[in-house]
Amino acid sequence: MIALRNVTKRFGDRVALDHVSLTVEPGAMHVLLGSSGSGKSTVLRLILGLLHPDGGDVRVEPVAPMGYVVQDGALYPHLTAARNVVLPARAAGWTAARQAARLDALAALVDLEPELMGRYPHQLSGGQRQRVSLMRALMLDPPVLLLDEPLGALDPITRANLQVQLVRVFGELRKTVVLVTHDVREAFVFGSMITLLSHGRVVQQGTLTDLAQRPADPFVSEFLRAQTPPPEMTRDLRL
Amino acid sequence: MTRRASIGLFVAGAVLGLLWAAPATPAEPPSIRVGSKSFTESYILAEIVAQIIDDTGEARAERRLGLGGSGIVHGALAGGHIDVYPEYTGTIAQAILKEPSLVLLEAMRGPLGTRGLIVGVPLGFDNTYALAVRRDAAARLGLRTISDLARHPRLRAAFDAGFLERADGWPGLQRHYGLRFADVRIMEHALTYPALASGRVDVIDVFSTDGQLSRLDLALLTDDRRFFPDYTAVLLARRALPERFPRTWAALERRLGGRIDTATMSRLNALADLERRSFAEVAATFLGRSTADTARRPVRELARLTLEHLRLVAVSLSVAVLLGVPLGILAARRRRLAQAELMGVGVLQTIPALALLSFMIPLFGIGEVPALVALSLYALLPIVRNTHAAISTLDPRLVEMTTVLGLRGWRRLAWIELPLASVTIMAGVKTSAVLTVGTATLAAFIGGGGYGTLIVTGLALNDVGTILAGAIPAAVMALVIHAAFEGLDRAVVPRALRAAASAPG
Repeated sequence: MIALRNVTKRFGDRVALDHVSLTVEPGAMHVLLGSSGSGKSTVLRLILGLLHPDGGDVRVEPVAPMGYVVQDGALYPHLTAARNVVLPARAAGWTAARQAARLDALAALVDLEPELMGRYPHQLSGGQRQRVSLMRALMLDPPVLLLDEPLGALDPITRANLQVQLVRVFGELRKTVVLVTHDVREAFVFGSMITLLSHGRVVQQGTLTDLAQRPADPFVSEFLRAQTPPPEMTRDLRL
Repeated sequence: MTRRASIGLFVAGAVLGLLWAAPATPAEPPSIRVGSKSFTESYILAEIVAQIIDDTGEARAERRLGLGGSGIVHGALAGGHIDVYPEYTGTIAQAILKEPSLVLLEAMRGPLGTRGLIVGVPLGFDNTYALAVRRDAAARLGLRTISDLARHPRLRAAFDAGFLERADGWPGLQRHYGLRFADVRIMEHALTYPALASGRVDVIDVFSTDGQLSRLDLALLTDDRRFFPDYTAVLLARRALPERFPRTWAALERRLGGRIDTATMSRLNALADLERRSFAEVAATFLGRSTADTARRPVRELARLTLEHLRLVAVSLSVAVLLGVPLGILAARRRRLAQAELMGVGVLQTIPALALLSFMIPLFGIGEVPALVALSLYALLPIVRNTHAAISTLDPRLVEMTTVLGLRGWRRLAWIELPLASVTIMAGVKTSAVLTVGTATLAAFIGGGGYGTLIVTGLALNDVGTILAGAIPAAVMALVIHAAFEGLDRAVVPRALRAAASAPG
């Protein structure tokens, strides 16, 4: 379980998070939605222990390695895809055979051809890099996966395809997933539970239906509307 | 670390190890280390001493010639890094014993003895300051002594900078004799002779054994009121020398005592300065033997100097890398320490290289070791700075990810940070390498060997050819080392970083 209670975080004079509370049940998928600067990435970095709160507390149980994927993948440019993926296992002292077996299984899971594993990050497409990054996050089979705009840098088609694939993978793995995005569509695809953040505060928590039909604040409707095509466009273009 | 990088580092380490292990001089029977200062006369006398030592056969002469100045060469003798060198009584009294009132050689023996030193019999000449005029002018104006100059206030003088400033030079001389000239100008010593010969000036300062004196028709004016200190040439040695090698010491006293008068020394200086004969040849000429066996073997000499120079660069550079990279990492880790550390390394760089080299003498004596220490310190800055800059400017997201992936301590450093920083670190090492090739030429001033030996000799002889013979190979070595490091990049810098660096976009 992941629980943030009344968490406040400041960077200098700027308040990044202002009394944020949030609970993610084991095995649940939770989406942190908001525009840039809303504080959603800061929540992930607090959960990871990369940052410490100035007020309130952050509890993560069990304390185990967590998988983390960021927007550009943060793959190490001097290592091949395979070497990137097995890094946490090498650090944990796995045998080479065990590393190789896990590597093959993960490549199959995210649908990457094994020969791509010998390439360096700059020789892979954006979608391939994100899948390699996801493999690395899954290497030690962590119970918790934290994804920070994992598809943010991809073109729309790749993005849509990967969304479908990831939802399938996460469904199979039954992991606790916290996903950060600014994209309402993505929030809808992934999230049963959504937390909408704005300027470091929680505006509303609930399903997308809750947010659409019972907005807690005019901002909620405004945020959703901004990303929804107008009805006449949907009709004319047969979307 | 990748396997390629490990292999590359291993090969580099093995090469450096071999260079380090190769002895500077092969172990041989007892040697007597002969020193000299870096001017022609000192070189020639030391070479004569060395040849007599070799002739006697009791020990082998080891030449440590061209040490940069009285302080360095005397420090080397006092520290037991050389055994004997030619010196002048005036310098012994003033610079070594710090008792300018001592004039007689016999009076110096006691104080020198308590310092473990001994002087031999005088060689037979005096190399002191003197004033020279053209012989025709001397005849016309009736000039024989310095006192005579006081009657001719319309004369023009040109003096060397050192002579103009030293208390035992012009200021003291002027007061002592009550001299006044129409014009006193400062001029590079080598240029005063042509100025006098062409009549542009009337009086110049000279050393009484200058080679030029034997060529030009000049008259030396007698120091009739004894102002200039006595600079009688003698051999200054460690007391152990006559005790350990009595036959050699006896041979030196017999073959040199009173055998070199001022005219002879002036002629020998001229052979080297004006006729471009090697010091070994000039010494052989004086000892009355054929010069065939002392003829220069330039190729072998260059090969030896190249190896010496390469050792200086390779060893000091590897010490600088082994020290500088960890220091750079430390600075990147501790921000407070970084300022102090980078400042400290920076200050080292502002010390003139020659001064840094001479600071090493009290600690490490002369020769290769102090040169290596000084060069290593000098090579630190680019390596520390680049390592610090590279590590502290790594993409913070990539560094943060190491924590998430469970990479800590040396793993984070060796697997991620150093490979990512390798391009910049190697650039620092390359800069250091090229700089060190240049700086290493100064090692010769403290007997460190290398190409600088030729440069120091060339400076003493005012011979551009000899200077270039040292400077050009040094420049070539800098280029070769730069190229070699481009190759080493292939081993140390991960392939993808090189590819990424050269790929467009």
